[in-house]
Amino acid sequence: MSGNPDYTEYQPKLYRRPIPILWWLKDRSYFLFVVRELTSVFVAFFAALSLWQIHALGQGPEAYAAFVDRLGSPVFVVVNVVALLFVLYHAITWFRLVPTAVVLRFGEKQIPDAIIVGAHFLAWLISSAVVMYVLLRG
Amino acid sequence: MAKDFTPFWWTLFGAGGNVAALLFPIHMFLSGLAFPLGWLTEPTYDSLHTLVEHPITRIYLLVFICLPLFHWAHRFRYTIYDLFQVKHLTGLIAILCYGSAVVGTIVAAYTLWNFT
Repeated sequence: MSGNPDYTEYQPKLYRRPIPILWWLKDRSYFLFVVRELTSVFVAFFAALSLWQIHALGQGPEAYAAFVDRLGSPVFVVVNVVALLFVLYHAITWFRLVPTAVVLRFGEKQIPDAIIVGAHFLAWLISSAVVMYVLLRG
Repeated sequence: MAKDFTPFWWTLFGAGGNVAALLFPIHMFLSGLAFPLGWLTEPTYDSLHTLVEHPITRIYLLVFICLPLFHWAHRFRYTIYDLFQVKHLTGLIAILCYGSAVVGTIVAAYTLWNFT
């Protein structure tokens, strides 16, 4: 995450070396950073899609069937596969980064990063299982 | 404007990132692929409708939609900033990003409140 981009007019006008617009293609780690940041676009896409789905569900069975049909169209399937891959990348990178933002202590000892990361992956597994149970119990 | 609220936006960003990481993949797999393509039997219209009518489900869905929108707003704001180097548009970009999330929240709350 970048620093605060609010510059004031009182800032000294230092020479800034121009950065090429495609700086993020210069290095694998830069590229992966930008991919990680762009996962947010697919997160917003699925939030909007879910809202649309709830709306269709409230419109009645015909409107909902039309919505589901549209989701099954080739364009939507491709978009959904791409979106799922990006959101999976978000989930994995997110859980692995949690220890840098959250430091937990147990008495004097700091809880090791591996345990915090592991707990998040476990929570992911459990919450996914609960969602599957609720939607598939028939 | 954005400066003083940074911890607030960051908290929403963090909470939304968690919601999206924990819950989005399974929902995307089920409602985006497994159900439309017939890999798994999707719930009937009536059972799904009954489920969403329940107040707890509506609260779940509100959190499910709103927090990830704020996660997007915060992260995308800095992505634009990093990718296109548009310092002079900082204020406008912040307003458009967080504003979209606020509008999305209002639409989601309205839709869920009036769900019949």
